[in-house]
Amino acid sequence: MDNEAIATLIKTNFPDAIIGSGVFRNELTIIIKKEFITDIAKFLKEHQELDFNFLSDLCGVDRVEMDGVFEVVYHLYSIYKNHRLRLKVPIPSNEPHISTVTGVWKTANWHEREAYDMFGIKFNNHPDLRKILMPDDFEGHPLRKSYPIDGRQPVTLRGIYRKDVDEA
Amino acid sequence: MGLESHLGDNILTTTLNTMVNWARKSALWPMPFGLACCAIEMMAVVAPRYDLARFGAEVFRFSPRQSDLMIVAGTLTYKMAPVARRIYDQMPEPKWVIAMGACAVSGGVFNTYSVVQGLDQVMPVDVYLPGCPPRPEALIHAIMEIQKKIEKESFISKTTADTAKS
Repeated sequence: MDNEAIATLIKTNFPDAIIGSGVFRNELTIIIKKEFITDIAKFLKEHQELDFNFLSDLCGVDRVEMDGVFEVVYHLYSIYKNHRLRLKVPIPSNEPHISTVTGVWKTANWHEREAYDMFGIKFNNHPDLRKILMPDDFEGHPLRKSYPIDGRQPVTLRGIYRKDVDEA
Repeated sequence: MGLESHLGDNILTTTLNTMVNWARKSALWPMPFGLACCAIEMMAVVAPRYDLARFGAEVFRFSPRQSDLMIVAGTLTYKMAPVARRIYDQMPEPKWVIAMGACAVSGGVFNTYSVVQGLDQVMPVDVYLPGCPPRPEALIHAIMEIQKKIEKESFISKTTADTAKS
């Protein structure tokens, strides 16, 4: 299916969910409301013509300074039909949470954990929402623009590992 | 054709220190701790082209308990730091450490929330080897510097505290 047909199909099935859409360099992007994510995900995967059986990426974006939202971006691909779609979902930044899509694409599990770890976006009904990259005792979400880039915890490890030398 | 043919039926005198140090520096057993691209250069050093065997340090052991030289090659993150320290602690004395590459030396270009700004925050370092990554020749040089350092040591008083002054 070409971009136009995909966009039309989604728009006719979910007229209330669409915030916007666009095509850049022949890549289709559709922005949707977060309440619809599970339904649309299921629809995109199970519809015979669309057949988006592969979630090739899921990530977070910090747009708080510009629009006051975090964004979750889903990159979808159909291996059988060889077409792609990018879904963007804005989430209010004061309490960022959205439904998981692990029930639709299993691979979303670790991607959502990463988005949670890096941006603090909570994925409701996720089977195992733990940190995936940062150490367990790390506080905060380092890919947020509000997090200082050199915010090491602790600032130096000398106090833990080189105490005997420093005190001598 | 052994040593005997050169020296004849004779006696050699030396100090115990010199002999022990000679033995130690001639048979370093590195513990490769590869964390990033530096590890690729480290692997090249043991391969035939650079042939670390010429310096008696070609036996890379992937067990800290059989090693006396830890080569930390690459970016050390906060999550990896406890692991690196544990490996170091598991090595028997005497032991030496090379911080290989800009990242291990100082954090390198990664002045970020996740990267340790220098291996010496975690363990005593004997030789700092800068470069991004260092050439294999540079690692050989670092190992030769370790050998020089060993020559000057006294095996009686060699403890971690000695190297910890670095």
